[in-house]
Amino acid sequence: MQTALLIEQILNGLQFGVMLFLMAAGLTLIFGVMGLINLAHGSLYMIGAFACATVAAATGSFWLGLVASLAAAAAAGAIVEVTVIRRLYDRDHLDQVLATFALILIFSEGTRWVFGSFPLYLDIPPLLRGALPLPGGGAYPAYRLAIIGVGIAVAVGLYLLISRTRLGMRIRAGESDREMIAALGVDIRTLYTVVFALGAALAGLAGALVGALQSVQVGMGEPVLILAFVVIVIGGIGSIKGALVGAVLVGVIDTLGRFLLPVAFATFMDASSAAGIGAALASMLIYVFMALVLAIRPQGLFSAQG
Amino acid sequence: MMGNPRETILNLALVLLLAAIPLVATGMGEPFYVTLATRMAILALAAVGLNFLLGLGGLVSFGHAAFFGIGGYVAGIAATHAFNAEPLLFGLPGTNQMIVIWLAAVLLCGLAALAIGVISLRTSGVYFIMITLAFAQMIYYFAISWPAYGGEDGLSIYVRNGFPGVNTLNGLHFFYLCFGLLLAALAVFSVLRNSRFGAALEASRQNQQRLAAVGIAPFRVKLVAFAISGMITGLAGALFADLNRFVSPSMLSWHMSGELIVLIILGGTGRLFGPVAGAMVYVLFEFYLGGVTERWQFFLGLILLGVVLFARGGVVGLIAGKARHG
Amino acid sequence: MAEPILDIRNLNKSFGALKATDNVSLDLRPGEIHALIGPNGAGKSTLIHQIAGSLRPGSGTIRFLGRDIGALGVPERTRLGLGRTFQISSLAPDYSALRNVMLAVQARQGTSFRFVKAVMRDRSLRDPALEALERVGLAERAHVSAAELSHGERRQLEIAIALALGSKAFLLDEPMAGMGPEGSKALTTFLDGLRAEAPILLVEHDMDAVFALADRISVLVYGRVIATGTVEEIRHNPDVRQAYLGEEG
Repeated sequence: MQTALLIEQILNGLQFGVMLFLMAAGLTLIFGVMGLINLAHGSLYMIGAFACATVAAATGSFWLGLVASLAAAAAAGAIVEVTVIRRLYDRDHLDQVLATFALILIFSEGTRWVFGSFPLYLDIPPLLRGALPLPGGGAYPAYRLAIIGVGIAVAVGLYLLISRTRLGMRIRAGESDREMIAALGVDIRTLYTVVFALGAALAGLAGALVGALQSVQVGMGEPVLILAFVVIVIGGIGSIKGALVGAVLVGVIDTLGRFLLPVAFATFMDASSAAGIGAALASMLIYVFMALVLAIRPQGLFSAQG
Repeated sequence: MMGNPRETILNLALVLLLAAIPLVATGMGEPFYVTLATRMAILALAAVGLNFLLGLGGLVSFGHAAFFGIGGYVAGIAATHAFNAEPLLFGLPGTNQMIVIWLAAVLLCGLAALAIGVISLRTSGVYFIMITLAFAQMIYYFAISWPAYGGEDGLSIYVRNGFPGVNTLNGLHFFYLCFGLLLAALAVFSVLRNSRFGAALEASRQNQQRLAAVGIAPFRVKLVAFAISGMITGLAGALFADLNRFVSPSMLSWHMSGELIVLIILGGTGRLFGPVAGAMVYVLFEFYLGGVTERWQFFLGLILLGVVLFARGGVVGLIAGKARHG
Repeated sequence: MAEPILDIRNLNKSFGALKATDNVSLDLRPGEIHALIGPNGAGKSTLIHQIAGSLRPGSGTIRFLGRDIGALGVPERTRLGLGRTFQISSLAPDYSALRNVMLAVQARQGTSFRFVKAVMRDRSLRDPALEALERVGLAERAHVSAAELSHGERRQLEIAIALALGSKAFLLDEPMAGMGPEGSKALTTFLDGLRAEAPILLVEHDMDAVFALADRISVLVYGRVIATGTVEEIRHNPDVRQAYLGEEG
């Protein structure tokens, strides 16, 4: 039974990591191509979750909700890019931080305005309600496995997109030399809008998928956003591969830390203090990990900037 | 070197205005406005600390809530132990003396800033922003999950801590205590900016390569600046906890870090009185917009966006014109 | 022969397959101007970076005043007395010319962790800074911000900073670049006098200046020193004529 519990926790960590990857991939892509730090990425995650919950409630179909989440987040991303973000590419990071911080206030308060302060609920689709048996006994929810599958599919898809397609070629060119791709006649404004919308759609997808596990509410994107920052700092800003490795590491370390640290402390102190101290230290674990990575490699594991 | 005369007049006006609000409010029997002015003074003090790093050193710390919160918890924890007459650490008693609390807050924040700075300052740019944010989050989550001092619910200070010769329970007296510390911090800021250390710090913002090429290692300069900055913000945190007689993880949250940056930008980055102007405007926004609509943060977002996109000099910049350097 | 001030032995640096510095040895002796010339892409910048400390050499030694400085960073090397100017002016743009030089004076005094006294009222900073500005002919522009100085004035300011550092050797990276003919002439005269104060390693494209000033010249091609010698020796060296001046035979 212990093995099954451990496998379950590892899978939970993977699922968490995959979800972080969906967020981090967009963030790191946007930073790599446009040099923009986007705090409002968590708002796009929230928009995806709200769109999914609303459409699923209206139509009764989770799948339509999922499509809606992609569309809504991509559309919101494109609109924000054209109206605000575009003016920030040439600004310093401080201005980018502030403007996107302002966007968070607008999005969060705006969503509360439209949907009220009560959380929405999103059900797991009937197809994925079951559980699959684990080796060593126990079972694991099919829906969480499906999230892991989606994450892997997105990682493969992004890899193919960037290495095999014209759009990917332009993205790579944009990362290395902005003037050159302008000189090649690529419409850089459209490219930026497309990249931003793509990143937004991934965030929206993550929000919708997680919406069925947790409640859908204002502010849900912020803790995830900060973890996604930790992920891309660990992985190296601008690197999709770094985002994937960083996300899985953070997901697994965080989940296992919360599971194992209280158990470990209980071997030499009483159970309730062990639970308290273990939980407190577990909550700091990934930040300690990040500090360690940076102490050794200040540019992260797979820095695109060299 | 004489500063910009219009800026000097504006600075004086801001000081007099802030000093006068609580007097007038007390005269009119509106103690709430005294609290509002105290809030302005304390947030301004916290932002003076950040302005030192961000304005002079060009280092965008998105984690200054860490120091604000640590300062707050020092006040809360010391007061709780004093109230319950339980020893604190190594047999040391708790205390309700502000002077002791301030010293402890400043010392602890200085140490925390050194530890965070040693790692964060190895990086620059976006990395620095995100790492300072992450460290603050680490402390935030620690405060939430550490049950001894209230965890998520926070910690109440039953009786505001004391200061010799001052009745801190009187709102007006407490205001002038905070106001005095704000003025002292502004004086420190001004002296440091004009000193050799300030020159090295400003040079590290303008051109790090140049600083290294004259033989000054930028890292040490920035680390000392980070520590001083954290200490000032930590002191403000201790006052803030005493103002509200309450400290909670929200003082450590990234919204708080964001707010401090917003204060500086609203006021004017790197300007001596930018944080004062910013805090006054911000608290007024919060109060009046909050009175008009529950959705005040929505409008705050719009205003902030407008300031960033179109009015980068902040309030001081709008009124006093461009900054001048000697 | 006097002990060299700066002594570089068997320096190597590669970027991937490219050997940017290929077994370079050269030295700088007291009182001389040693010019380093070579076509674009010959590896002059890479070499300067390694000497100044902003780039770690792959292998080889750099000795300055008899001391191995290979492991030291830029600030430490500057404090030992290696003063450099940048190919593209690198200044504190918001600061006046005076304050840029004052920063160097303060660095030389090793007093950057003083927190109280105002620098602008500090004669021990101002006087040496003004003197350095005077020497390069920038005294009248002392209170103009570096960003508002003309290109040529910024080059002069870079030199004033190196002077104020009390350098024991100067590393001047294309000081004439972008200067008008008049400016170049004035600077040539100035550098001619400067060599008595401290030797100069001069990277320069302006051949008139190089031939007028240099006691010795080293020619760098594809990361290698193909010749070192007096102006006359270099002028008549067939390898140099072929590789650098682009002449056949």
